[in-house]
Amino acid sequence: MTATTTQPAARAGLAARARPRLRAPLRNPWRRPVFLEAFTWLYLIWSLVPVALAVLFSFNRGKSQSVWQGFSWHWYIHDQVNSVWWNPNLHAAVVQTLRLSAYTTLIAVPLGVAFALGINRWRGRTASTFNFLMIVSFVIPELIFGVAMFFMFTALLKGIGLGTLAETLALVTWNVSWPAIIVQARLATIGRQYEEAAADLGASSWQIVRRVMVPLLTPAIFASAVLVFSSVIDDFVLVDLLNSNAGNTPMSVYIYSQQHGGNGGPALNALGTIMLAMSLVLVLIGYAGYRWMTRGERGDGRAALTTIAGA
Amino acid sequence: MAAQARDGTRARRPREPHRLFWAAVAAPGILWLCVLFIVPFYVILAIAGGYVNQVFGYPVAVWDPLRWSPANFSAAWHDVAGTGAFVLPILGRTAWYVAAASALSLLIAYPAAYFVARFAGRRKGFFLVLLIAPFWVSYMMRMLAWIGLLSTDGYLNKALAFLHLDGLLTALPLLHLGKPPFDWLGGLSVTVILGLVYGYIPYLILVLYAGLDRIDPALIEAGRDLGLGRLRTFLRVTLPLSRQPIVTGMLITVLPMLGDYFTNELLSGTTGTTMIGNVIDEQLNTPGLQGQGAIFSLLLLLVLVPPMIWYVASTNRASREASQ
Repeated sequence: MTATTTQPAARAGLAARARPRLRAPLRNPWRRPVFLEAFTWLYLIWSLVPVALAVLFSFNRGKSQSVWQGFSWHWYIHDQVNSVWWNPNLHAAVVQTLRLSAYTTLIAVPLGVAFALGINRWRGRTASTFNFLMIVSFVIPELIFGVAMFFMFTALLKGIGLGTLAETLALVTWNVSWPAIIVQARLATIGRQYEEAAADLGASSWQIVRRVMVPLLTPAIFASAVLVFSSVIDDFVLVDLLNSNAGNTPMSVYIYSQQHGGNGGPALNALGTIMLAMSLVLVLIGYAGYRWMTRGERGDGRAALTTIAGA
Repeated sequence: MAAQARDGTRARRPREPHRLFWAAVAAPGILWLCVLFIVPFYVILAIAGGYVNQVFGYPVAVWDPLRWSPANFSAAWHDVAGTGAFVLPILGRTAWYVAAASALSLLIAYPAAYFVARFAGRRKGFFLVLLIAPFWVSYMMRMLAWIGLLSTDGYLNKALAFLHLDGLLTALPLLHLGKPPFDWLGGLSVTVILGLVYGYIPYLILVLYAGLDRIDPALIEAGRDLGLGRLRTFLRVTLPLSRQPIVTGMLITVLPMLGDYFTNELLSGTTGTTMIGNVIDEQLNTPGLQGQGAIFSLLLLLVLVPPMIWYVASTNRASREASQ
């Protein structure tokens, strides 16, 4: 039914396009999509303005979250009790987040890169089984994995118990799939010709990895390191289940537990702003570094942006 | 043929890395996954099949599957169907919240991603930065932002009063807002659903953008050249081509939403908006109930296994196509 009714219109369209001189559009089919653009702007305002306001209120002189009382560094430095600088718990939370991010990145990236290299070139049933497992670890809901880890360290490995070590081990397992997936994607685009050439020229297995493949993979390794570091900053569920005291509570958990316990306030906004600043620095380093490493290749800034965001 | 040729060349190159070499390279990662990913799930099983220490209330794991006891399972079953059953309404609510939140996310994310991928032109980089920005803002910070705005004397209520929209919102039947100033954080479903949308939409929008950006504009132009209107081109060309990113993006948002417990703790904190994640989290923190927490985690996992397998299979297919 619909096909027959649209046919005359379709024919007319074809006829108009068949004669180049009449191609000048009567009604411009490529006009700017005003509604879509307005909708996109509304979305962006909705997604970004609340965060901007929260950052702003971390600089509020008073305790209010809704009345602006003047700019100050009160909640960062000046308040001798509740500011991030003076409150030992807030302080410890910043340190713990950075520590966990650093440990996790240092372990997960080499582990994931080696895994990706080995699995990708090994091939065979065993390799694909473990690759499957790796992707499962990527999509499994964090709460379920967190529960498994919680029991792991409270029922099986009681010697480890909860705390920084448990948090790190869980975060590494949770994040090792970033380098594993990104490096494999990069390996697929590189192809095998470089390593075959190196083998022809007499390189040993180890030299092929060390002198040929790792340099070729550097942008992917770098991008995955940025992603791992930032997703540990953002991580909440695992560290919430696996922390044991104020000394090993990172920022996200601290914000949650204080806010949840009714102790919200600008100091938490200040902590959140510090998290934001960390991520911002990280994304700038990541973007600049990735652009620099891939400077000889096709692809533009947009590709770099989506890569370091993990898409 | 090709495989044979490759084997032939390989025979002349004794120095090309041996399979065992690659196995050795992958070994640390494999070992790590076995010890810290597979074993933990066996531990959940052992806890679930174990029993609870009657004096101290801590769970005792039973490692031998033949000696697993049904104690925790029957306790969990009691929660679902016994006299003190409370889980069924929570399961229903979880399904409804997640369905509403993911549908809403798609309705919001798709047009925005579509605009940036197709029509942003030279401003694409600019829009992309703004689109990706929330991805780099931590979840807790984004929730904190809304808690400030949603408080009774917060900017949202002020804005609504200023625009004289509060009367209209009071009259809407499904929201149950009560009278202005609205107590947004007092246990409203709409707050929790919108909170979930706000929390997980950056991941969805990124996947959608990447998928829509990959569509060859020539295909869309072909649709237009063959006489389809704007809407029809979209429905017949763009939408079918974006099926894969839509499904992947939905999975990427739905899976974590189902395990979410912090969003509604922060934005409502009342029992009227409890989800299954809250049940598990609470049982994990309550001596004596940890075994049941293990059971519910396993049940949630069981429900999520098919979509997870589907996701893994489709990623594998996509990467195989990319490498060919």
